[in-house]
Amino acid sequence: MITVEGVTKTYGSFVAVDDVSFTCRTGQVTGFLGPNGAGKSTTMRIMVGLTPATRGRVTIGGHAYASLPNPGRHIGVLLDASAQHDGRTGREVLTLGALTMGLPLSRVDEMLELVSLSPGEAKRRVRNYSLGMRQRLGIAHALLGDPSILILDEPANGLDPAGIHWMRGLLREYAARGGTVCLSSHLLHEVERIADVLVVIGRGRIVAQGTKDELLQTQGAYVRAVEHEALLDALHREGIAAAPAGEGLRTDAEPLRIGQVAAASGLTLVELRPADSAGLEDLFLELTADTQREGAVA
Amino acid sequence: MSTGRSATTTDLAGLDIADDPRIPLSALTRVELRKLADTRAGKWLLIAIGLITAAIITIFFLAANQSDRTFINFMQATATPQGFLLPVLGILLVTSEWSQRTALVTFTLMPVRGRVLLAKVLAALIAGVAAIVLAMAIAALATLLGGAHDAWAHIGLDDIGKFTILQFSGLLQGLAFGLLFLNSAAAIVTYFVLPIAFTIVSSLWSALEKVQPWIDLGTSQQPLINADSMSGQEWAQLGTSTLLWVVLPFVVGLVRVLRAEVK
Repeated sequence: MITVEGVTKTYGSFVAVDDVSFTCRTGQVTGFLGPNGAGKSTTMRIMVGLTPATRGRVTIGGHAYASLPNPGRHIGVLLDASAQHDGRTGREVLTLGALTMGLPLSRVDEMLELVSLSPGEAKRRVRNYSLGMRQRLGIAHALLGDPSILILDEPANGLDPAGIHWMRGLLREYAARGGTVCLSSHLLHEVERIADVLVVIGRGRIVAQGTKDELLQTQGAYVRAVEHEALLDALHREGIAAAPAGEGLRTDAEPLRIGQVAAASGLTLVELRPADSAGLEDLFLELTADTQREGAVA
Repeated sequence: MSTGRSATTTDLAGLDIADDPRIPLSALTRVELRKLADTRAGKWLLIAIGLITAAIITIFFLAANQSDRTFINFMQATATPQGFLLPVLGILLVTSEWSQRTALVTFTLMPVRGRVLLAKVLAALIAGVAAIVLAMAIAALATLLGGAHDAWAHIGLDDIGKFTILQFSGLLQGLAFGLLFLNSAAAIVTYFVLPIAFTIVSSLWSALEKVQPWIDLGTSQQPLINADSMSGQEWAQLGTSTLLWVVLPFVVGLVRVLRAEVK
């Protein structure tokens, strides 16, 4: 479990991270979502002690990161897949990690296999890796010490669709076995599909957080009747707001209520369903647009 | 760590680190030694140190008179080329972590940064000892093959000791400049240019002439290379100039790295 409490980071007068608090719970994938420059990476660097916070604190499993005697055995971290020495081979990068953590070198082969880097690829220097291969290497490095917590900054960056699918499965399974995952992304659809809990950040502030169901809850129904005008009248008589949408109507009421009104009026429906989920993307754009307006007004 | 241990026993979501041994310094040092040789650039720097040591002894062997072919003279011939290359090794051991951004990984795996830096110092000194041992081995071989009559005379522990002080000083100064600049080019250029600039300035400015042996490392290290024994004043001058050129930049660089934001 990761607890972030009131973390603020300022650079001179610029506030990069502003009073951020959230929790990543055991057995869950927490998606840390925000546009570029929102403060995600800074927050994650603060979590692992690479950046000192101006205020606030982070505890991981009850400890400050820097107080862990051998952090790699508990917490797998991938902050930037391109932060590897170009001149080292992929295998060497993992070997250095295994030697630091005191792991048997057989772990290196296991991890290479897990992330599908072939022995030939592992012998190549990182300079010759694609971003996708670097991400796989970075994920292998994060998993080396068999950690119970993962902190991953933009792990899907550079992965091809098959790679993203693979990573999603890997992290879901990891959380299902009781692992804690905190991952950041600006790829909305990716987070929507992988995370249980969402923490949305914009301009250094948390603008929304909650379970995916809470944040994505939708209301209303979409309905299409043969007698379009008659349905509109009937709904208005019942005090239900309805607006034309495509060939049908978008209403505030639930599908059951609409069905009852239509039945009572003897109307023929050809389509009736819950309104489309606004989706995380709309939520995300809406929230970040809000913070931008706030910034402009203030 | 002590506060963490008591917290874990009650917190179910906590991490139990009570049985975790701290990463031993030996493991960190082993990793840093490995980093010296696991890239092409690093490997070639080590090979270059070896080859140049062998080459300079060979050249000296061919060029010197029979009577000058003593073990000590062979050793002293290696002082300058090794003194050029070992500091570069020290600089790169620090700066490559920043230019290649591997500090991000290194300090995540070992958040107590001072321990990583201590491991780097130990790794650099081990490499320095290896270079000196290599120089001694080749010098001994050259002496055996065609040394003077008294080629093995006048070899004292103090000679080897002074030689070691000289090379360790260069390595530590390299590390210090690496820490100070966190940039290979800036550290290397400054390491080589600054002493030259300093010598020029002090030769032009007569007021500096008197204090020069006390503050110029190049001057104060001369007695380390000569075979004669050193006077108390010479040791004191070595001490003050080392303080200025090695210890001071090291401390400033250390503070910088301990406090830096690693991106």
